[in-house]
Amino acid sequence: MSESHPEPADGITADVVRHLAGLSRIALSDDEIGKLTGELGAILENVAKVNEVATPDVPATSHPIPLTNVYRPDVPGETLTLEQALAGAPEHDGSRFKVSAILGEEQ
Amino acid sequence: MAKAELMDFDKALELFEPVLGFEVHVELNTKTKMFSDAPNFFGGEPNTNITPLDLGLPGSLPVVNEQAVRYSISLGLALGCSIAESSRFARKNYYYPDTPKNYQISQFDEPIAYDGNVEVELADGRKFQISIERAHMEEDAGKLTHIGGSTGRIQGADYSLVDYNRAGVPLVEIVTNMIFGAEKDAPELAKAYVSAIRDIVVSLGISDAKMERGNLRCDANISLSPRGSGKLGTRTETKNVNSLRSVERAIRYEIQRQAAILAKGGTILQETRHWHEDTGVTSAGRPKSDADDYRYFPEPDLLPVVPGAELIEQLRLALPEAPAIRRRRLKEAWSFTDLEFQDVLNSGLLVEVEETVAAGASAQSARKWWTGEIARLANIAGVDASTLVSPLHVSELIALIESGDLTDRLARQVLEGVVAGEGAPHEVVDARGLKVVSDDGALIAAIDEALAAQPDVLAKIRDGKVQAAGAVIGAVMKAMRGSADAARVRELVLERAAVTE
Repeated sequence: MSESHPEPADGITADVVRHLAGLSRIALSDDEIGKLTGELGAILENVAKVNEVATPDVPATSHPIPLTNVYRPDVPGETLTLEQALAGAPEHDGSRFKVSAILGEEQ
Repeated sequence: MAKAELMDFDKALELFEPVLGFEVHVELNTKTKMFSDAPNFFGGEPNTNITPLDLGLPGSLPVVNEQAVRYSISLGLALGCSIAESSRFARKNYYYPDTPKNYQISQFDEPIAYDGNVEVELADGRKFQISIERAHMEEDAGKLTHIGGSTGRIQGADYSLVDYNRAGVPLVEIVTNMIFGAEKDAPELAKAYVSAIRDIVVSLGISDAKMERGNLRCDANISLSPRGSGKLGTRTETKNVNSLRSVERAIRYEIQRQAAILAKGGTILQETRHWHEDTGVTSAGRPKSDADDYRYFPEPDLLPVVPGAELIEQLRLALPEAPAIRRRRLKEAWSFTDLEFQDVLNSGLLVEVEETVAAGASAQSARKWWTGEIARLANIAGVDASTLVSPLHVSELIALIESGDLTDRLARQVLEGVVAGEGAPHEVVDARGLKVVSDDGALIAAIDEALAAQPDVLAKIRDGKVQAAGAVIGAVMKAMRGSADAARVRELVLERAAVTE
């Protein structure tokens, strides 16, 4: 687990936005980072208003539907054909997806 | 890559205390994947066992495999864990082409099982308690093949090919708490722990548990604490450890490598290291960095798993016996001495011997072949004995010896054929024409009888008193009413003396 990353909980700063953009593989200019820092901060401030009405005896909600244990039996169904599977691939070798090299040279 | 400097193992232990931790991934052998109804099968034609969900296509939604939940609860119970009243899934976000959704569905703050304990037995019979932090459900990733570059490895590859057949296969990840006090036994303890997990999942029947196929994978965390400092060191996480043998070797290597760096005043980088089976070293993978900031959040497409006390009790009652009790039972059933039984345990061959006995072989013969000739061949090949030959084939081989169709010497040749992929023992016998001439069958039976009547003869021969064979040869010639070839009898008796044990 990482401890040193800038966290939104401490408020949205330019560093937080830069870090999130990196995680999301989105290239942002300094102008865009500045704009997003303000916008994301405003969004979080609005959401934080919920805290004014939430009391400690209200449990955190991760899902709005009060359902549990929605399961599927362990029975195989239809699969895609190879042609269908590869249909959206920008590049493939006839049976596998082709992606660009992931890591650079040995560190 | 520069060869890492290693400190002598004993010296390293004098200066540092090793602290261990393990993450073992178990692939469940359900019929379908964790969240899709694609067959749980990979290794064949790439990208044929996938649904839109396994490719992360828009509009597809996950649904939990009920059997995978039951298997996970059973495993949690077998690990001595508490089962969570309510457990939920979470997204572990990361961008890497083995996961087409750009996140892996896992569990984070509410794992299905937590707070367990596994008892592990060391070679000298000492017992060690390994504390389990949690066991959680998740999905496996696709398989990447790196093409190009000088090494064929991930570094320097030109591009990578992805097969998603394995993406979505149900996994349980078992995480230990930090393990202190293993000291010089750390490498052995690591092997014994992974072996114990393998025994548990095999006895539950929930995984094929073949390490060489990746059904069971161990990530080994290790750090060194300078003696007397009371401070934990920086840990590394060694991956790609694909056999019991490697687990032991990788831990030993990391202790020696880290100790050499620390003793020179250097620092250990917190990083992933890759174990290389062929060269017996670890190399640096990616450093722990931004890439490990996974931004977990509750999986909005899935509902909580609330197993209910009734289901948990039902699964608890259906559990196979605990490993420690099972070991005691098998030792008694097989009439093994402490030494014989430890030999089997230490070789990690309990399951193999058990399955060989179940297939009809005597326990002593099964032990002798697995810990003897098969272990020897495995050692030469640098693989686990279990990967060389199946219990069924070993049992068949033993039956051929006991029926007098094969001598031990011929059986070793047959075994070589089986290991070389020439087929089942009887097929190798036919193909290589290895059968004992028919007369030998009767001869061997007579020799066995004579040896049973004079049990000390073999020991004498082994001590160099070859003339002791005379008494057996005489008894056999008498039993065969003179129809046997005395020279051949002598040969067979000496052969027996040479190969037993």
